[in-house]
Amino acid sequence: MKEINIYLRIGEKDFAENKDIGKEIRTNEIMPELGAGHEVVLNFDKIDRASQSFIHSLISDPLRKYGDRMLELVTFKNCNDNVKEMIKIVLSYLQDALENKEGD
Amino acid sequence: MYLVRMGLLKILNLQCDATLHEHAAEGRFIPLKQVRTSAELTEFITEMIPLLHTESEQAKTIGYIINELGGNVIEHAHEKNGAILCAQFFKKSNTIRIGIADTGCGIKKSINQSHQAETDLAAIRLSLWPGVTGTTNKPGGTAQNAGAGLFFIKSIATLNKDFFVVYSGNGLYKLLTNKSGNIKLNADPFVDRHSKSEALPYWKGTLVGIDISLNQTQEYRALLKAIRDIYFSLRKTKTYHKRPRFA
Repeated sequence: MKEINIYLRIGEKDFAENKDIGKEIRTNEIMPELGAGHEVVLNFDKIDRASQSFIHSLISDPLRKYGDRMLELVTFKNCNDNVKEMIKIVLSYLQDALENKEGD
Repeated sequence: MYLVRMGLLKILNLQCDATLHEHAAEGRFIPLKQVRTSAELTEFITEMIPLLHTESEQAKTIGYIINELGGNVIEHAHEKNGAILCAQFFKKSNTIRIGIADTGCGIKKSINQSHQAETDLAAIRLSLWPGVTGTTNKPGGTAQNAGAGLFFIKSIATLNKDFFVVYSGNGLYKLLTNKSGNIKLNADPFVDRHSKSEALPYWKGTLVGIDISLNQTQEYRALLKAIRDIYFSLRKTKTYHKRPRFA
């Protein structure tokens, strides 16, 4: 199990918005762990807000590749209501889009 | 003198012979600032928020808007000059006006990489639609793009009853304030109360402006919840989806 501290990764700021950093985390840490079947904990402690772009860059590719299995392996830890709401938004449109794609 | 103080000549590398007694910018305005990378955008937002002296909830919304608009330019405009941003506080109306401009490829060229828009206005309409991005025509976007940024900004403006304008090529779309209490978020920007034009002088690139009335800025989380509700209402199926694990 790997725990990723988002606050430390983004330079100790309370607004997670830089999707280039999101991409780095996804490519270098999340995807390899999920590929090996390991659990990943995304720790949002001290994060007050996260942009849609940032959350999308973190989770869209893992969800596309691993589907619901990704949600079994990834835990979103210490999210405040703002961050939870954004994660729900991004998951909502991604899951809907992927479902429609499968139904095509 | 206004344009000099806002830094227009400085950005253009031009000299100003007139003597100017500069008033402090703090709490009043952010002069024109050039942003070329995500790191510079992050730095701009970090520096900007304390300067505006806004309440915490309003600062969150303003930071969000600047980030999405600036990020769009850096990613989609394909322009070495990046984005030019500025902001000004108007005390009488208690409003912050934010402007962002680029001289990049424009919305039509960007959108038409993956969609078909015959006019600049048609491209602006598509760019404001949730889930439409120039980077792909696949539902849900790419690993880095969802086509949600401008829709989020329009939604925030709608909920706060703020003006919001997008100008690209010959086309302009302006979201007008909704006077009634019954506010509804729409996927199609042409369903919102708006004005539009297709015969304006050609601007090579994109301009976006938003007025944020500090008297009526809603709590950040309430904005997010309203946006989630519209995404849910747009769902094509009502199948149960697996939920994220929060700990």
